[in-house]
Amino acid sequence: MAAVTNQVESLISASGNGRGSSLLSVQDLRVWFELRRFGFGHAGYVRAVDGVNFEIGTGQAVAVVGESGCGKSTLMRTILGLNRPTRGDVVFDGRHVKDLSRAEMRAYRAEVGYVQQDPYGALPPFMNVRRALREPLIVNGIRVESEQSERIHKVLGEVKLTPVPEYLPKYPHMLSGGQQQRVVIARAMILGPRLIVADEPVSMLDASVRVEILSLLRALQQEHHLAVIYVTHDLSTVRYFAERVMVMYAGQIIEQGGVDAVVRNPLHFYTQALIDATADPDASNAATCRDVPPGEPPSLVRPPEGCRFHPRCPARIDGLCDVEEPPTFEPEAGHSTACWRYQ
Amino acid sequence: MYSAEEPLLRVKDLLLHFRAKRGIVQAVDLVSFGLDRNEAVVIIGESGCGKTSMARALLRLLPRNVHAYSGAVELGGLDVMKLPEERFRREIRWLRMAMVPQAAMNALNPVIRVGEQVAEPAVVHQDLSRNTALDRAREMFQLVGVPDDFVNRYPFELSGGMRQRVALAMALVTSPDVILLDEPTSALDVLTQANIMNQLKLIKWEMGMSFVLITHDIATSSELADRVAVMYAGQVVEVADNTGFFSEPLHPYSEMLMASVPRLRGDEEPGFIVGQPPSLIDPPTGCRFAERCPHRHDRCSEEPPVFGHNGRSVKCWLYEKGWS
Repeated sequence: MAAVTNQVESLISASGNGRGSSLLSVQDLRVWFELRRFGFGHAGYVRAVDGVNFEIGTGQAVAVVGESGCGKSTLMRTILGLNRPTRGDVVFDGRHVKDLSRAEMRAYRAEVGYVQQDPYGALPPFMNVRRALREPLIVNGIRVESEQSERIHKVLGEVKLTPVPEYLPKYPHMLSGGQQQRVVIARAMILGPRLIVADEPVSMLDASVRVEILSLLRALQQEHHLAVIYVTHDLSTVRYFAERVMVMYAGQIIEQGGVDAVVRNPLHFYTQALIDATADPDASNAATCRDVPPGEPPSLVRPPEGCRFHPRCPARIDGLCDVEEPPTFEPEAGHSTACWRYQ
Repeated sequence: MYSAEEPLLRVKDLLLHFRAKRGIVQAVDLVSFGLDRNEAVVIIGESGCGKTSMARALLRLLPRNVHAYSGAVELGGLDVMKLPEERFRREIRWLRMAMVPQAAMNALNPVIRVGEQVAEPAVVHQDLSRNTALDRAREMFQLVGVPDDFVNRYPFELSGGMRQRVALAMALVTSPDVILLDEPTSALDVLTQANIMNQLKLIKWEMGMSFVLITHDIATSSELADRVAVMYAGQVVEVADNTGFFSEPLHPYSEMLMASVPRLRGDEEPGFIVGQPPSLIDPPTGCRFAERCPHRHDRCSEEPPVFGHNGRSVKCWLYEKGWS
């Protein structure tokens, strides 16, 4: 606990409730899934998350960027208590998530809201909006109908599904994608959480409503002083949402820092590649090819020795990058990377 | 809405309506655009605007509940809409117009080697022997950036990006005049997406291929587009060349759609469009975008005609009196 508090002190974040500034701390987290051959016999592990460290303060919005299969969803599921860490720990407000009892876990989940990627899949098709929002209240012992109704009205107003009575009896298929996602956000908000995990909340939505949903999440985050982890593969939306960004590659965080610092001055070659591959609409794009590193992300069962990006990296140092895993260096204050070039 | 010279593909007043329980769905409503040889036209539109139905209408891949299907699709001067089904299947589909359908990478047959699957159109449509067709498949694999010994692999042995390339190879194998790409990169990662767009550019430059690219992703569309057609609620509302469109979209919908794209470089705050597209079962009689349009005026209750100028065309009353 003392170690945690020390780390916490070094963080720049607003402290709203006097409990210290770090709300969530992820410490050397590893989540490995065992592979089996035909029932028994051991075939190795999928190292989905392999040595991740970070802290989030109360009221901070942080983005996690990475490609599919880089472990970002596993990381989120572990934070939500849906996967058990193989090693390391997730500490939420002083509580170790893996040691929680069932009752404590329920209380924990009331403090951590989850916004899923696919709103249509996340809402039960046979529950109307009222029912879907009552469910978490019932589970958490709020059974007085007037209180349920009051909370449901308040939260729907906050996600701007108004007039509220019009939306209460609707089933998911009667709502547009953007409206469905608002219901999902309302459900994540209804128990008054302190942290929201939003896993690709807009990737299934149309371009014209994406910004609307992100602005809504941003407004809720600021108004309620929420911590938000925004998971995405799209760097261009990060700037409008988060202050800090973490870039994941093959189960590890390879760069983190302020959004502007990372986008304007990426340190790791993988971050650079992500930025180069992201297009802004412009007619001149059609005239040239983009600079993209060859190859694909490595297997998480047998990741490359040393730096996991070295087989694709144009600046690898032979005899170092392919031998030893790079530790985290911090060449600029608050902007760190796991790359040997900065030792 | 097409160039003056004889284009490779000319679509005029294409219409496809479906019967549904609640009425007639006007999925594609008098769509016109043109495509020159060695050119790529991008059809931009949001989900439900009828862009996939439009692609299916071009290739005559129709479901059973078609209510109305008409218009002209001229391919090199021949109106293929007039051909009987059997001739269309034998001579047009895949031989002259091929398609990479949406999520094609998940549509491969899991129990057949990918090389065989790529070779099949050549065997069926060009009467090549199996071995010649397999050699051809190998060439196509190299062209789309898949190692040619992958012909012997099964789909599950390939990554998503590789499978998408295989689907593209399948469309290329008969050397068609036009390839329709329906959201070719939407399920892929950023780097894979950039890689495939690079490959498409090379195929266009080196083989002189022509593409119709259907997408909702404006940033990615700019990677390939020579010309842009914007669809809204079953209709094409604007056609423009790439420089004109990306620097100055004219239709209010195009303008707002462009402004909603978050940019990595540049500081302007993205906006969004309030409201939703109208139902295609009973669309409004006037301009279909009027309800959400900031420039709406009395005239908009009447359906706007297409106003054309300098190779650009816009379906909006704002351009009635010419161009500012």
